[in-house]
Amino acid sequence: MSEPLEISEHAVNAAVDAALAAIASAGDSAALKTVRTEHTGEKSALARLNASLRDVPNDQKAALGKLVGSARGRVTQAFQAREAEIVEAEAEAQLAAEAVDVTALPSRFTAGARHPLALLQDRVCDVFTGMGWEIAEGPEVESEWFNFDALNFDADHPARAMQDTFFVDPPEAHLVLRTHTSPVQVRSMLEREVPIYVLAPGRVYRTDEFDATHLPVFMQFEGLAVDKGLTMAHLKGTLDHFVKAIFGEEAKIRLRPSFFPFTEPSAELDFWHPTFKGGARWIEWGGCGMVHPNVLRSAGIDPEVYTGFAFGMGIERGLMLRNDVQDMRDMAEGDIRFSQQFGMVV
Amino acid sequence: MRVPLSWLAEYVELVPGSTPEDVHAALVKVGLEEEDVHTFDLSGPIVVGEVLEFVEEPQSNGKTIRWCQVRVAPEGETAADGGEAVHGIVCGARNFFVGDKVVVTLPGAVLPGPFPIAARKTYGHVSDGMIASARELGLGDDHEGILRLSTLGIDAPVGSDAIALLGLNDAAVEINVTPDRGYAFSIRGVAREYAHATGARFRDPVEQSSPVDAAVDAFPVEIRDEAPIRGRVGSAVFATRIVRGVDPSRPTPAWMVARLKLAGIRSLSLLVDITNYVMLEFGQPIHGYDLDTLRGGIVVRRAKPGEKFTTLDGKERTLHVEDLVVTDDRGPIGLGGVMGGAETEMSDATRNVLIEAANWDPVSIARTARRHKLPSEAAKRYERGVDPEIAGPAVSRVAQLMVDLAGGTADAGGSLIHEAPARQAILLPDGYVSGLIGVDYTDDEVHEALAEVGGHVTRVDGGFEVVPPTWRPDLTGRADLAEEVARLVGYHRIPSELPVAPPGRGLTRSQRIRRGVADALAASGSTEVLAFPFVSEAENATYGSVDGSPVASVRLANALDASAPFLRRSLIPGLIGVARRNLSRGLTDLDLFELGLVFTPEAGRSYGAPELPVGARRPDAETLAALDAGIPPQPRHVGVLLTGDLVRKQPGRAAEPVGIADALDAVRRIALAAGAEVEFVQGAHQAFHPGRTAEVRVGGTTVGYAGELHPRLTEQADLPRVVAVAELDLDAIIAATEPAVEARPIGTLPAATQDLSLLVAADVPAAEVAAAVRDGAGELLEHLELVDDYRGQGVPAGSKSLTFALRFRAADRTLTAAEASDAKLAGAAVARERTGAAIRE
Repeated sequence: MSEPLEISEHAVNAAVDAALAAIASAGDSAALKTVRTEHTGEKSALARLNASLRDVPNDQKAALGKLVGSARGRVTQAFQAREAEIVEAEAEAQLAAEAVDVTALPSRFTAGARHPLALLQDRVCDVFTGMGWEIAEGPEVESEWFNFDALNFDADHPARAMQDTFFVDPPEAHLVLRTHTSPVQVRSMLEREVPIYVLAPGRVYRTDEFDATHLPVFMQFEGLAVDKGLTMAHLKGTLDHFVKAIFGEEAKIRLRPSFFPFTEPSAELDFWHPTFKGGARWIEWGGCGMVHPNVLRSAGIDPEVYTGFAFGMGIERGLMLRNDVQDMRDMAEGDIRFSQQFGMVV
Repeated sequence: MRVPLSWLAEYVELVPGSTPEDVHAALVKVGLEEEDVHTFDLSGPIVVGEVLEFVEEPQSNGKTIRWCQVRVAPEGETAADGGEAVHGIVCGARNFFVGDKVVVTLPGAVLPGPFPIAARKTYGHVSDGMIASARELGLGDDHEGILRLSTLGIDAPVGSDAIALLGLNDAAVEINVTPDRGYAFSIRGVAREYAHATGARFRDPVEQSSPVDAAVDAFPVEIRDEAPIRGRVGSAVFATRIVRGVDPSRPTPAWMVARLKLAGIRSLSLLVDITNYVMLEFGQPIHGYDLDTLRGGIVVRRAKPGEKFTTLDGKERTLHVEDLVVTDDRGPIGLGGVMGGAETEMSDATRNVLIEAANWDPVSIARTARRHKLPSEAAKRYERGVDPEIAGPAVSRVAQLMVDLAGGTADAGGSLIHEAPARQAILLPDGYVSGLIGVDYTDDEVHEALAEVGGHVTRVDGGFEVVPPTWRPDLTGRADLAEEVARLVGYHRIPSELPVAPPGRGLTRSQRIRRGVADALAASGSTEVLAFPFVSEAENATYGSVDGSPVASVRLANALDASAPFLRRSLIPGLIGVARRNLSRGLTDLDLFELGLVFTPEAGRSYGAPELPVGARRPDAETLAALDAGIPPQPRHVGVLLTGDLVRKQPGRAAEPVGIADALDAVRRIALAAGAEVEFVQGAHQAFHPGRTAEVRVGGTTVGYAGELHPRLTEQADLPRVVAVAELDLDAIIAATEPAVEARPIGTLPAATQDLSLLVAADVPAAEVAAAVRDGAGELLEHLELVDDYRGQGVPAGSKSLTFALRFRAADRTLTAAEASDAKLAGAAVARERTGAAIRE
């Protein structure tokens, strides 16, 4: 029990003033706690004045009670206000203390990357699947029949030699590393029902030297459409749409007469873009044409009823043109700095 | 094919002012590919000079030079370089005489090299220009001495421009000729194409010459082909002419030397040059024999088994029975259509010449050229097809040039065998060309285009009948004719029309999963590589075989790198190669992956298609099945390789070096992306660290391995000791996973969590203990996780304490602590039963 004090206005005011001064001077929550004990605790002046109310004559009880009550109220209010201030200041101080240098944080993250050729291939596939085409695949070690004969390459025609073929040992087995993804076109025609609209992306092989513009192992994508009434205009329309989708609306294409055993008529595909390094100009990008009647026949499709078109381009060259890669070897060597420039977006 | 423009202009009118680039552009329009431009690469002033006098001056270096006075402009005139009419020039050669006309490169001139000419001090004189050799002018290889114009039969006035005089101002366009266009290996063919491109008038050189008048007493020739290939006689056309009394020592005229040079053919001697010249002009290979060396008449036949023959390159060749030979009484004197023989070739002593032009079967020539590795100019033309109608005019043209240039006299008649079949007409139905190309061509356009390429076009009911020109063996069907119409009218006329494909199904499940796997690995810090699949036998034996038992590999017959002639059975050798390359470039922390095919023939099985189906028709199902069975399995694998630090040292964090755990994490990412549940068991693979190998299973089937490479291998490969790798058969994983997940209900009532510590022998895999606890605890156990593996104080030696965190939940009620404890104890009981594990108090 606290020892009673005699109640007077003076005493009450003195206790309040002392309490308010102490509250104001409390700098942190620990000090404020001490202040609270000293000025509102059992032994505090106000507690003792309050206790003295018991002994006050009845006629003064109301007045003095009010005096002491309002004094305690003022002190409590001041205390709460100060407490809020301190809590806020302390929270701020804690946040300030927790600040870090966001530019020097430790990280478990490592930047990985898809290979840009694979990314570009995926994009090309997406353009065609968006048109309703399907993606067809096939083996890389392929029989000569699929790689050549079915594609109207005569065994003794020089066109067969122009492909620079890797042969599997022994050559009498008639197996090759596919020189283009065209065998997948033949497989698609054999396996699917007409109408056929497929894109065949994948790795192909030629005995080229490894230099800035040639790789013995590279990636191609070939398109094949077989349907009733397809014309070379449809070929052109498809290629037009494709280059605009991949290179932007300003890109355009041009067809030039050429020769491939598996197409007739045949064309080289030239491609124009305003932002080529070295200026806007036509650059050769692939071959195309109307599927040769003999190729349709080899797959059991009647060329009197159906026509088809086909095209083929190299992904490497596409990447060179689109992303200004200067040296093809960078695409083959696997230096992580090359792929990491692209990350997961090409 | 290189086409000198002056030569081209003889047979087609070039657009006035055409540069080589303009000519290229015109030719490209009709389907010839632009390759290069060739010039003599020199500039004047280069003039005709006359040697007035010279003094021989021996030098201290042992050489004797001539100090010459050369008149380079007529008397009283200024020389082309602005100097005096007579220049003093030092010359090292001594093959000329006073009074010789020579070629003088005056100061300011530039010779090929580039080699700029200036007045310079040498051997005590100021040499005011240079007297040039044929080689310095780019005309030939003769550097024995300077070029005396009299040796070329030239006597031009002093001071005249030697560049024009020698044809050095000409340029050649080089075009790439596609294999169907043999006729474009000639000035004749290219001139015709230029006419197609520009509308200019074409004059056929063949029509400027005369056919062979087959004479009774001409040289006897017989074609005796007893084994035609594919029913085609080896030589259906054979023409000869004889020219007598030639002077082989006469110089080849400068214009011919220059044109041959630009066309890429070295001038050898007048007679040989003439045969080459006509070959280039007509596209008809020519062979000239020294008539006096021939014994009897010529018989063309197939070679006899084991027959030998020395070609004019001096090599003795053993012939094949398919080879066509030209023979006389002694035996073979020429490998027909490919190369002549040394014994009968024209030489300096030749006086009488037998000129031969024949038409050889393309297939036979292609095989012979390939068999004997003789890709000659002749073979190149024959295997693409030579016009069978030009042999006669070609030998006549050669005869005429030998008369004009070599002073010979041609026999009036010659021999001519012509058994080439007539071309068959192709029916081109109305509307076919428009229907294939997508352009509404008029009948006139179709007719005109086909007539212009040389076809004989007749209107018939329902279309045109077209007999293709004799020089176009490639035109065999209506699609070929459609191309001719399209290219002559121009491909630019073809409109752009987008076809509508039937609705598709998007990527296949396998394609989607593979893309997801690659994306998942890249997103978690791995970098995709695409290594070449060429490996050594040892690499396949090490990485392509789990236990070291012998494996079969696909071997290439013509590998680029003799040390890696096999196709990979594993992705790891390629990843190691890429890692080594990165390490050599200072990149030490590597996380690489590759998705690609491996080639896994079964040991003891032979692959291949001994007989290929022939003819343009669909093979029957059995043949197709045999073709497919003939190729080795080529599953798609995914491989991962890590070395260095997974997390690099950084503020507030130590480096975390890679290890087997990272290889397993990569497998988990792959499994997640593939929708597969993988299980790791302690494994063994000869290429892996024996204690750090996990066998990866999906649905109980082994799909690959993950772990650390055997330190012996990393040391051999000069890699850091710890290299974590994983390789999985992605096709097998995809095949083993369910296309659709069956979802389980998700319980929402409160969970009860408890820990369980078990003492077990140290060599018991934690996964076995976990599986036992899971089985014993039953349905109430929602989740179990190994949180500690403790060995040391308080745990007996040879044992370990495994602590699992367990989470229990029931679908229909809130579990009591007692229920959870009962389940836990049931789990512990099964663990004890299976693994001897005891609860650690």
